[in-house]
Amino acid sequence: MISQLRTLWIVLKHTFSRADTVQYPEQRPKLYPRYRGRIVLTRDPDGEERCVACNLCAAVCPVDCIALQKTEDVDGRWYPEFFRINFSRCILCGLCEEACPTYAIQLTPDFELCEYDRRNLVYEKEHLLIQGTGKYPGYSFYRVAGKAIAGKDKGQAENEAPPIDVHSLLP
Amino acid sequence: MTVGSPAVVIGILLSTVIVAAWLIWVERRMIGIWQDRLGPNRVGPLGLGQVVADMVKIFFKEDWIPPFADKPVFVIAPAIVMVTMLLGFVVVPFAPGVGVIDFNFGLLYFFALSSLAVYSQVLAGYASNNKYSLLGSLRAAAQSISYEVFMGLAAMGVVMLAGSFNLREIVEAQKDGWYVLPQFAGFLAFLVAAVAECHRAPFDLPEAEQEITGGFHTEYSGMKFGMFFVGEYLGITLNSAILVTLFFGGWLGPAFLPPLAWFILKTLVFILFFILLRAALARPRYDQFMSFGWKVMLPLTLANIVVTGAVGLSVP
Repeated sequence: MISQLRTLWIVLKHTFSRADTVQYPEQRPKLYPRYRGRIVLTRDPDGEERCVACNLCAAVCPVDCIALQKTEDVDGRWYPEFFRINFSRCILCGLCEEACPTYAIQLTPDFELCEYDRRNLVYEKEHLLIQGTGKYPGYSFYRVAGKAIAGKDKGQAENEAPPIDVHSLLP
Repeated sequence: MTVGSPAVVIGILLSTVIVAAWLIWVERRMIGIWQDRLGPNRVGPLGLGQVVADMVKIFFKEDWIPPFADKPVFVIAPAIVMVTMLLGFVVVPFAPGVGVIDFNFGLLYFFALSSLAVYSQVLAGYASNNKYSLLGSLRAAAQSISYEVFMGLAAMGVVMLAGSFNLREIVEAQKDGWYVLPQFAGFLAFLVAAVAECHRAPFDLPEAEQEITGGFHTEYSGMKFGMFFVGEYLGITLNSAILVTLFFGGWLGPAFLPPLAWFILKTLVFILFFILLRAALARPRYDQFMSFGWKVMLPLTLANIVVTGAVGLSVP
């Protein structure tokens, strides 16, 4: 009985506490940079696409909403010929971002993905690519990776030793 | 203004129905505030238009009668609760000169009508031909019988002090002090019984969504469901008004406000208390609820009558 009265009193005291409601369209919630919203493809500091079309994001995606096709340019850089995310399937789990070896695919603090026509939720590469570097400003995959491309041979990447001629190690 | 003049009658009818509908908004806003939310605040100023929007929605909903239902009874059941609750307002003494009739047995009339209201629930559950509905109406019947008993007994102390069943005379008799002080036990018992009578949380066992999927109104939709809903709010208003009349001096109050304003203000406090109960308390189990009624409240009210009678006899 006493506990019931105590409950009544505690609830009554809430008359004077502030509501936690965020009045959404007028009042925006504070979203932090690591909020998992709309997916973008970023570029490296030189303005080239970061995506190397390794397909890891498409493989890890639990709802199979990512589709891409690898191709190669004249410099030997890999890039996706097409890159398609179906946001009507996407569950914004962020596994693609975790899987990405080049920081190319990133989730942004934008959740307002509404369309009148469901087909408009299928984003192609030109819709996904942004101009900037996203959350990792200095990172460029080809500068640190051992893959040879035009203008950067084996052993010329940052923190990379020149390749060893294995034949010289033979006794 | 005289009691029972057409203008007063129409005014009371309109205002009770409008207040009952408006209580839907009040309840949602107040529960929102007590749960640190805002509640409906979009339609119109402060969300007051929410009631209109809800009404429009409920009128356009499909009014479905299940093929296995007992049709005439199914249709008439929701009307009964509306009619009995509205008829209950006939004896409420709003203020001197404001009221529908000045009836010598007003209190008994109120008890009679609040018992009749249970027919609505019983018939609804029976006509729905659904086991959950039937369980709900069984509970409603048992609850009404057991709580009606000590509701009447709790009010008897007041009747003994005032020496009248006429609600206006009971209010007049409280000129020197409200009956909530000499009749505090009676007040508590009457409050509990009133909550049980309008089937409000925490005593909403006939509806009990979590156990019996809405109870007696499981099969109801559209405006028929709306009638149960508005009937429930009418019941809250009526029971609050009777509580104020019996224990809190009705329209009596300091002269800086007119008597009608005092009555409305006091009733509003009790309506808000009813809503607070719903926001705060959990529903008891059915057997606990019944044993509480018969083993705690009934002896309490009987003892209250004995003590009141003994004091009344010894102190002239």
